[in-house]
Amino acid sequence: MSAMVSLQQVVKTYTRGKQSVEVLHSLTLDLAQGDFVAMMGPSGSGKTTVLNLIGGIDYPTRGEITVAGERIDQLSGSRLARWRSHNIGFVFQFYNLMPMLSVERNVELPLLLTSLNREQRAKRVRAALAVVGLEERAKHKPSELSGGQEQRVAIARALVSDPNLLVCDEPTGDLDRSTADEILHLLQVLNREHGKTIVMVTHDQKAADFARHTLYLDKGKLVESSLIEQVRSVQAGAHR
Amino acid sequence: MKFVPLVWAILWRKKTRTLLTLLSIMIAFLLFGMLQGINAAFKGTIERANVNRLIVTNSISFTESLPYADLSQIEAISGVARVSQESWFGSYFQDPTNFVAAFPVEADREFAVHPEFKLPKELLNALLHTGTGAVVGLDLAKKYGWKIGDRIPLHSSIWVKEDGSSDWDFDLVGIYEDPEDHAQEDGFYFNYRYFDEGRSFGKGNVGWYTVLVNDPAQSAQVAAAIDKLFANSNSETKTQTEKEFQQAFLKQVGDINLIVTYILFAVFFALLFATGSTLMQAARERIPELAVLKALGFTDTGLLALVLSESLALSVFAALLGLGLAELLFPALKDTFGVVTMPLSVIVEGIFLAALLAITTGIIPAWRAKRLVIVEALRT
Repeated sequence: MSAMVSLQQVVKTYTRGKQSVEVLHSLTLDLAQGDFVAMMGPSGSGKTTVLNLIGGIDYPTRGEITVAGERIDQLSGSRLARWRSHNIGFVFQFYNLMPMLSVERNVELPLLLTSLNREQRAKRVRAALAVVGLEERAKHKPSELSGGQEQRVAIARALVSDPNLLVCDEPTGDLDRSTADEILHLLQVLNREHGKTIVMVTHDQKAADFARHTLYLDKGKLVESSLIEQVRSVQAGAHR
Repeated sequence: MKFVPLVWAILWRKKTRTLLTLLSIMIAFLLFGMLQGINAAFKGTIERANVNRLIVTNSISFTESLPYADLSQIEAISGVARVSQESWFGSYFQDPTNFVAAFPVEADREFAVHPEFKLPKELLNALLHTGTGAVVGLDLAKKYGWKIGDRIPLHSSIWVKEDGSSDWDFDLVGIYEDPEDHAQEDGFYFNYRYFDEGRSFGKGNVGWYTVLVNDPAQSAQVAAAIDKLFANSNSETKTQTEKEFQQAFLKQVGDINLIVTYILFAVFFALLFATGSTLMQAARERIPELAVLKALGFTDTGLLALVLSESLALSVFAALLGLGLAELLFPALKDTFGVVTMPLSVIVEGIFLAALLAITTGIIPAWRAKRLVIVEALRT
């Protein structure tokens, strides 16, 4: 499989007041097209920062980021925005739906930036809602849905413009176990049957188990795979 | 157009707040519509003033009378076509709130200097031959349901009859129309002789003269000639064009334009802060939503335009409601100001002002939305 995402020597530094904090230290990472990768690590390890950089909603301080063949670290703000609208689907922990819009209007949002006409947009919205099993809820408001359904709507919104890459930030962090498993299963289907490349940040090992691969980050660096087992056993010990 | 449902839905995110903001803008534009409408109607009255008519008043004040004997001397001046005389009767019908603009005139002269008043010749003759006769404008007749043959009593708050009564009876013999300006169809004209013979004081005097000149280009020379003729007499005159006279008359009420400007400035200044702070608060509450829109691919400029169009939609919609309401209420002012419809220019001005208000109040939240950093905004 060819690389969908490539990070080369990426450094990210945040400045808070007079202090500069380097969150990512020369991170190099390649993710294959069609992969489903879970990213784990303790809080502050830099996993959400990596996700933001891959999703093109943040710029690296140094280094190169190539996603779907585009050097996104070199794109201007407006070109990056247009690139996102065609190439990336976002799924957030708290769904981030527009409360005043119906389900179908929420799903339609990314399509407003395309040249599709109303009928074409409606067709794409219906298709996306069918994938997540919510066609019947098209006219409902987010407040009339359960958490799991809201996240399904968010996934439909991420899918509707048919991007190759889905970036999911703790997509099950706000859901109970069984609902979380349903969402994760849906992501698995999108990866296996629809060929979507998925990068998912999670704190939950059970969620990560749905992915094809798991990457561990600690203090802004990828943890060697030999160390992963040590981390797991330490975590397991902490839970006992 | 595809963004319209989105903008509309965002506007109604907090229904109560939007409704209150909408109401405050609407009321401001209702006030704007009414005041500017009155102002524009006054200006319209001045603009419509006939260019070849002069008004001759007493130089002390137009409330001071002039001798009737001046009429023939004015008529003899070169360049004068016709002369008519009028007086202010100051009357009401049945109740003091039913004000009637009545004038004792010599009918043949009056309708000759006002050719815009359409009165059939037989009705004019009827007025000339009926001592207590009167003709009224169509609008006034409709207002009180008067018809030809009716006996109409008017009470004058100025003119007392020789018998001590202030009630004057008239027989309605005609109804005139002014197809070009229906606001002028509120006059009540009756015979000067009946008035002069009946009144207990001021006999032989008139309120003012209306002079029709042959050539409007000669108006200034004719006016100067009239005033020169009566210089150093007991009743010196002041002759103005009808337009100047209307302006001077309205100035007696006050500088309407200045009053309206001050009131509207105060209203819109207050509105600017109220609406501006509401829009800023609304934008602050929506920071995560705006960040999501950016993440989905809305550009910085696109988001600026989106927030500005929310402000624009709210202001223009509320302004149209306010102006529409003003348009509906406008005929109610007719009795007081003689205004029939709100000029279109006021509506156009109102929409322009609403757009200006929207941009002024919306630019700060729109600019903040443009500058929003997605990753920081998503954390809030």
